[in-house]
Amino acid sequence: MSAEPSVASIDVVVNGQRMRVADGITVAAALLNSGEPSFRSSVGGEVRGPVCGMGICYECRVTIDGIAHQRACLRVVANEMRIDTARLNGR
Amino acid sequence: MADSRREFDVVIVGAGPAGIAAACRAAESGRRSIVLDEGLGPGGQIWRPSVRGPHGGAAAHWITRLEASRAVVQRSTSVFDIRRRAAGGFLVSGEHDGRPFEVSGGAIVLATGARERFLPFPGWTLPNVVGIGGAQALLKSGTSFVGKRVVIAGSGPLLLPVAASLAKSGAKVALVAEQAAASSVRKFAMGLWRRPAMLMQAAMLRSAFLTTSYATGTWVASARGDSSVREVTITDGASTRMIACDYLCVAFGLIPNAELARLLGCEVEHGQVSVDATQATTIDDVYCAGEPTGIGGVDLSIVEGQIAGLAASGQSVSEGLVSRAARLRHEASRMDAAFALRPELRTLAGPDTIVCRCEDVRLRELNPRWTSRQAKLYTRAGMGPCQGRVCGAALEHLMGWSSDSVRPPVQPARLGSFISDVAVSSSIENGAH
Repeated sequence: MSAEPSVASIDVVVNGQRMRVADGITVAAALLNSGEPSFRSSVGGEVRGPVCGMGICYECRVTIDGIAHQRACLRVVANEMRIDTARLNGR
Repeated sequence: MADSRREFDVVIVGAGPAGIAAACRAAESGRRSIVLDEGLGPGGQIWRPSVRGPHGGAAAHWITRLEASRAVVQRSTSVFDIRRRAAGGFLVSGEHDGRPFEVSGGAIVLATGARERFLPFPGWTLPNVVGIGGAQALLKSGTSFVGKRVVIAGSGPLLLPVAASLAKSGAKVALVAEQAAASSVRKFAMGLWRRPAMLMQAAMLRSAFLTTSYATGTWVASARGDSSVREVTITDGASTRMIACDYLCVAFGLIPNAELARLLGCEVEHGQVSVDATQATTIDDVYCAGEPTGIGGVDLSIVEGQIAGLAASGQSVSEGLVSRAARLRHEASRMDAAFALRPELRTLAGPDTIVCRCEDVRLRELNPRWTSRQAKLYTRAGMGPCQGRVCGAALEHLMGWSSDSVRPPVQPARLGSFISDVAVSSSIENGAH
């Protein structure tokens, strides 16, 4: 097993909760690592999370800094980034 | 970027192996070249930049060569429309970091890669049911699989390398299940004898997770869970068993990303973009290289990319490159046969299984006598944000429906991107770029 590389960590705010995450990772990785596998609520109300990991499936959409429908797998975390999953914004 | 509207001799869409090779060959001749890519850096999927360490091998070679070339590399850029200009050449529109982006080019090289084929089964929409390349992408972009119980299932040559990299990162790989029969997989593996480097690679992959069982003729029948997947049912058609897991990685091979080629009017047959020996499509000045012309792997993509880059920039293509491409294409054709999908996979989805994940359309809502166009009109299947990129292949497999024609935008775009003239001029005035 290889050790995780030591990288600088930054602060993001997920659903109102401040947390420290490794710099350079995607929003999808940050959410999954924080134990949050459900990113959005489907049109029928099911919980959904990332599938393709490469911007094709649109299942990992979250709200980033107030802008809805951002693909979490294509965005890198930034210091003080606000990330909201369907849990809080009721979509 | 300094401007959002510029003129190039060659515009390359996609910075995977094919796009990188095309950009290098075009730019090294002095032609103004730009490569547009959705990712965070050049590499595409197979050479995806990893938070876990730098590139090695061919990836490092080609990415260094790209950096040394004078090609402009534009990351985080989605292309959603390409149209021919009356004045000649093409106008390529998209979004860069959420802002409108436009360039023009005399020739286009489409190196748009491939995506995974996903097939519906009960539970496939649960969180933590991800693709196989999907799991690899999540891992490389910083997702930790340490201590996670993982089942890898589906089909194709990606299963083993992804199992190996997940195991190496600390995941507990409970099972690797290949749906193809042992006999076909063995025949494919025997073919690797002719390529000693690939055989070595395969052996190393296997040793990385010797304790994992690799089952052939075995597939996932269903998955269960609540806020995420907890358990999968595995079957070989005769018996079933349940395996507890934290992640299920499942996909059934790769399918070409041919949307932009279709949009431009290029001939696409059986999902593959038709090209001649110089990678020219049936539309003048539009070239296509790599997986969109047929799934052939990284070596073929590099060769096709070079050919396309040379041809698109008006250079001659050597006989050596053309014959190398032909040889690699022949080898790739054996892979399709080895991993042919078994008919049982068509029967996994039940009446209540969702088939279109964007619009939550269930199988029972679809009439087998419809066309895919009728399904769109009556149920919105394929009309959501992914524009049928996921359910298109699933419905082709389940219902025999072929992909419809493509209209711009080929990706959901923000409304502002359509009024780009206004947006571009106002952002220049405001000094926003």
